[in-house]
Amino acid sequence: MIEVKALVAVFLAAILTENYVLNKFLGICPFLGVSKKVNTALGMSAAVTFVMVIATAVTYPIYMNLLLPTGLDYLQTIVFILVIAGLVQLVETILKKYIPSLYNSLGIYLPLITTNCAVLGVTMLVIEKSSESFGYVEALVNSFGAGIGFLVAMVMFAGVRQRLESCDIPKSIQGLPITLVAASLVSLSFLGFSGLVENMLG
Amino acid sequence: MEAVAKKKYNPVKEVTKGIIKENPVLCLVLGTCPTLAVTTAASNAIGMGIAATIVLICSNAVISLLRNVIPDKVRIPAYITIIATFVTLVQMVVKAYAPAIDKSLGIYLPLIVVNCIILGRAEMYASKNPVVPSILDGLGMGIGFTATLLLMGSIREILGNGTWFGMDLPGQIQIIIFLLPPGGFFVFGMLIALASKLSGKKPPKATGCAGCPLSGSCSMMKAEGGESACANCTADDTPEKGGAEA
Repeated sequence: MIEVKALVAVFLAAILTENYVLNKFLGICPFLGVSKKVNTALGMSAAVTFVMVIATAVTYPIYMNLLLPTGLDYLQTIVFILVIAGLVQLVETILKKYIPSLYNSLGIYLPLITTNCAVLGVTMLVIEKSSESFGYVEALVNSFGAGIGFLVAMVMFAGVRQRLESCDIPKSIQGLPITLVAASLVSLSFLGFSGLVENMLG
Repeated sequence: MEAVAKKKYNPVKEVTKGIIKENPVLCLVLGTCPTLAVTTAASNAIGMGIAATIVLICSNAVISLLRNVIPDKVRIPAYITIIATFVTLVQMVVKAYAPAIDKSLGIYLPLIVVNCIILGRAEMYASKNPVVPSILDGLGMGIGFTATLLLMGSIREILGNGTWFGMDLPGQIQIIIFLLPPGGFFVFGMLIALASKLSGKKPPKATGCAGCPLSGSCSMMKAEGGESACANCTADDTPEKGGAEA
């Protein structure tokens, strides 16, 4: 089926060529702040992926079926952020009540996610792309890919950060500056993927 | 609350602290996403800076006015709603009068909503101080943000494109990498290093807690014996105290 091929292309593009952290600079705060330990990085990105998919699943129909027909699309920003904030609360409550084991591993990251710009960014970019080719399924796949891309970047960078700990770094670039330089190099390596998806599946 | 309200403030200091001493981007390390994303050209940087400054001043003013009305438990959603309202207004104005800026800022314009500088100042400052100082604080932080964006935008545009505000410069150098994401990270890192070298402080270890709207619930979680959600959020490492010791 052609459909599947297109979906795979969307998925891979979201992870590699349009990585939300390294290419679009969304979700930089958790990327720089959290990613020192691999476990924390994994938990955080799992929670982000989860919320991204759910948020897109809810905001996309709201925009298409409610805001657009009524001419209220200028309310997109305010509606989306409130929906995301409400959703995160809801997910937290449900997990706490019914799946406590999952809540214990993801729960602490959930409140942080409301203000994570990657989540709001994904829901908005998906709407922006809907004029080109994105239907509901593509939108969901794209947000899932974005979450996985976030995970890949976080885990990779956690490894790099662990190496940095044992390095002898000049005094004035210790701390955040060297972290940013390392991020720059990781992001440089992701530039190598440009054109990959189009040529592989196009 | 009254003690805070009666405290004398120096209007000039309220404005200038945001520009140098507590520069939101280079010292407190807030709002990194737009800083990295829109600084590929000096004009984008100015547009983003002004938009964020307007939102910052307006939301600081309104939140400060409502600081005794908003219940503590729902303050974050209330702040977000207020901020989102102003962002929407700014977005509509920019769309109408500066469509070129709107196009080049794209998604980052609505994303001002989740810019930690704005939520951070609401939580740290406007919710505890009277209206006039809050407005001045917003103005200072906004100017600091805009100045840093302009500096970064200029460096990246001059080195990467050989132009400044779209004007050709003599002896054009075009090091494309500065316009690409890696260049953004690199220039930002170097600027933070430079800022901490000039101010004689240690460079910040990670992104700031001062602006983290969740620092309240973070410390609550820790008090309950839980682990804090963010790795840099250890009680002895908040920028507030870091500034004091230096």
